[in-house]
Amino acid sequence: MTDAREETLRGLTGGIPYLQFLGMRFERSGDELTAVLPFTPHLIGNPVIPALHGGVTAAFLEVTAIVGLVWAGLGEGVQVSALPKTIDLTVDYLRAGQPKDSFARARINRSGRRYASVQVEAWQDDPARLFAQGNGHFLMP
Amino acid sequence: MTEITRIARQFIEALPHAAALGLRLEEIGDGRAVIAMPYDPRLIGDPASGVIHGGAVSAVMDTASGAAVMSHPAGPASTATLDLRIDYMRPATPGQTIRARAHCHHVTRSVAFVSVVATDDDETRPVAMGHGAFTVDRPR
Repeated sequence: MTDAREETLRGLTGGIPYLQFLGMRFERSGDELTAVLPFTPHLIGNPVIPALHGGVTAAFLEVTAIVGLVWAGLGEGVQVSALPKTIDLTVDYLRAGQPKDSFARARINRSGRRYASVQVEAWQDDPARLFAQGNGHFLMP
Repeated sequence: MTEITRIARQFIEALPHAAALGLRLEEIGDGRAVIAMPYDPRLIGDPASGVIHGGAVSAVMDTASGAAVMSHPAGPASTATLDLRIDYMRPATPGQTIRARAHCHHVTRSVAFVSVVATDDDETRPVAMGHGAFTVDRPR
């Protein structure tokens, strides 16, 4: 089921080459948006363990935060014409990302006219067992 | 290029995600590493301007930081990122290579501290700066 909110989101994110490079997509369940990063071998950083590249994890959290912000804005009827810009992002690497699908969700802690603060959590099998979490500040378009 | 740089370059450029990003190790040694990411349309975050996505910038900064830890005289056997904070100062200029310069400035028995700067052709104005803590695994 798609509606205007989902269509606007797809319009803003659909043409971004880097999201296609990572293979990221978004799944909606009611009001809740979950980012999905299906595993592919080119996401591996350390082939010995093997583990997801730390940069992939950071990128996954950053995109989840940005899209989460847009999603929340659209839910409140805000006209969104461009994506928020990252001011800073802090990532805690809690455990190695396994070579399997990853999921992430954003929580908007504050969203003002100019600045927003967003927390992001990422997991693989068990949503209660995070492999990474992040906190970022964003400049609203 | 020294033998150590050649071996480190082969090692880093063989990491699957580093290869996917087209990363090139330019310098390494004594707790410092320089890694370049050539401009690539697949990494664009903003199709209207052609600016590279911040996530790809994070990835080259993380890779350079890990390489800097590995090249520290303390000689860790392996490392992993504990945390990394990145400040994004400005968009990288489209078409230009992004270069991450990382410095591992302190190593304890179990933690390495790193600072990292990303620039494009204008090296006087950083694109992003980061600070991270990395695990240190001692050789057995």
